Amino acid sequence: MDRPANHRVLNRFFEKPGFKRLANQTIEALLPLASVPLALIIGAFMLLALNVNPLTAYGALINGVFGSTFGLTQTLVDATPLLLVGLGVVIAFRGGVLNIGGEGQITVGALAASAAALTLNQWPAYALIPTCLIAGALAGAVWGGIPGFLKARLGVNEILSTIMMNSIAQQFSLYLLTGPMLDPSEKAAGTSIAQSALLPKASWLPTLVPQTLLNAGTILAVVLAIFVYVFMWRTTIGYRIRAVGLNPDASRYAGINVRLYQMLALTLGGLFAGIAGAVQVMGVQRRMMDGLSGGYGFTGIVVALFGQLHPLGAIPASILFGGLLVGSDQMQRTTQVPSAIVDVLLGMIVLFVVSSVIWSRYRARRRQTHV
Amino acid sequence: MSDLFTLSVLMGIIVSGIRLATPYLFAAIGETFAQTSGVLNLGVEGIMLMGAFSGFYIASTTGSLWLGLLTAAVVGILMGLLMALVSVTLQAEQGISGIGLSLFGLGLSSLLFEKTIVSVVAISGFQPIRIPILGNIPYIGDALFDHSILVYAAFLLVPLSIYVLNHTPIGLKIRAVGQNPQAADSLGISVAKIRYLTVSFGGMMAGIAGASLSLALIDLFQENMTNGMGYIAVALVYFGGWNPLGVLGGSLLFSFVNAFQLWLQVKGVQIPSNIALMMPYVLTIVALAFAANRARQPTALDKPFERGES
Repeated sequence: MDRPANHRVLNRFFEKPGFKRLANQTIEALLPLASVPLALIIGAFMLLALNVNPLTAYGALINGVFGSTFGLTQTLVDATPLLLVGLGVVIAFRGGVLNIGGEGQITVGALAASAAALTLNQWPAYALIPTCLIAGALAGAVWGGIPGFLKARLGVNEILSTIMMNSIAQQFSLYLLTGPMLDPSEKAAGTSIAQSALLPKASWLPTLVPQTLLNAGTILAVVLAIFVYVFMWRTTIGYRIRAVGLNPDASRYAGINVRLYQMLALTLGGLFAGIAGAVQVMGVQRRMMDGLSGGYGFTGIVVALFGQLHPLGAIPASILFGGLLVGSDQMQRTTQVPSAIVDVLLGMIVLFVVSSVIWSRYRARRRQTHV
Repeated sequence: MSDLFTLSVLMGIIVSGIRLATPYLFAAIGETFAQTSGVLNLGVEGIMLMGAFSGFYIASTTGSLWLGLLTAAVVGILMGLLMALVSVTLQAEQGISGIGLSLFGLGLSSLLFEKTIVSVVAISGFQPIRIPILGNIPYIGDALFDHSILVYAAFLLVPLSIYVLNHTPIGLKIRAVGQNPQAADSLGISVAKIRYLTVSFGGMMAGIAGASLSLALIDLFQENMTNGMGYIAVALVYFGGWNPLGVLGGSLLFSFVNAFQLWLQVKGVQIPSNIALMMPYVLTIVALAFAANRARQPTALDKPFERGES
């Protein structure tokens, strides 16, 4: 498939560590962090314009997270799909491709996991749980792999194709949930809410804290984050994905099949989002329903960016944004501020984080001229 | 199947196909300018939503459709300027900043809509205008010359933009900046100025595209009412090979498939509606895969320009 890669050529593109470099890296890492307070400040002015006291609103937001065991655990519950999607975005981004298809990949992952659980409902938990997770992962991988294949073979822009795959998944899911997979009791009652039957108990992920939704999926996500770190920084395949993202021309010169590794990066991106979907149905909702992806696919991109496109950085980032989602629900309940404000904040954070890159570059140039 | 394709049915599909092409045309022609100058603006979706909301809100509170349309255009320009600031001056990664802008527009339009819903009344949008003489031609008159002013404007944009892009000094500058910014810069063309111009023009068009939905096609605003139309418009620019005529072809193909799909559902043909609704998105991917002439892609598309870079 590949000629053996000449890693010596590539090594020149990975910079050597050193104290000064470390210090610069730290400053550059901290810069995007300013985007969250900045967005919150602009958000405060918006709240004022809407005749809401920003202190009351943000107080409700913080109280929603830290005010109860449920708030705290729910933050981790919401952080879980964000982390998993974020990992997929990190891998894709490191490979030089953008995966905007998280929403669709979550949806098909959840559909596949539910279908597996409902079909194999006689299986014991130790066999059913891994099977469902794998089904979800594979479905997500296929959904990410199609744009990957189209990119590799026909040069189709992956940003646009992954966005289209989101819409296709949404309609496909609605078709299944109002037709073949419709909950028989919904059908009997004639209410026809688009959702599947309750999944068999054997497929439920174990709950970690009683009376909450916190489940083993969260642990799985953290383990996978560490796995992605090892994979990307300690294996040849991961090294090649990063090389392709850093410098496709040099990688090609070194004998790496650039298109293959970009396709792989998109496929793996879909795989992790598919697991996120499986965890949502098996650990949280316990049935497949319309709208299950709930924006996690897009917020996961913010998590990846905010986590410095590093799998371990994505862990705290996912908790931060999980808290933002949970807190904003509370804010909506107590101050009647529509939770759509979260999208406004997220949009601003994305714009701030991507814009902060110029400052890093500006600093880098100054370093060069002064030395 | 005999009554499936009578003349009147065909006419119905053509009329609604032309109507449905309007928002795609506005947004995609505007995006053609931005991309020709080298900026991929994925924020079109969010700008359309803000245009749709602001146009509708102003029209319903003041009673003036024109004032609504003007507001949508201004809001579009402002959001275009924001995108230009981020992608041209701050040289941010364009794909992601566009997604950020879309999230921002989606959130803000929903937020404002939920907060103002009490004060909003129903509106009666731009009415069809039958063009004298031409409108009286049997069949053709009904299909082509009995539409609202926005539909005519969208179609007039096509020859206009072909002229501007290919036969005027500004069009030459736009193309130069997209093909070879370094060379353009050395000839004294301000890359940043041209890109600000095209991206804010694209923003204005996207704002009007949104308003064409809420003021002429559907006559109301709903949260996330564009539902991916902005992204499809961006895809149509690729499909059309960065040529307004190609964009027109893509928009028409797309809206006819949509009209046909709607008509199949109305007709009660045994296709699950969700499968039918998938068709436009599948078509977009197929169209992207087989879009001819990728060689026409502006060389500097999606690449920030910095003076002094080689």
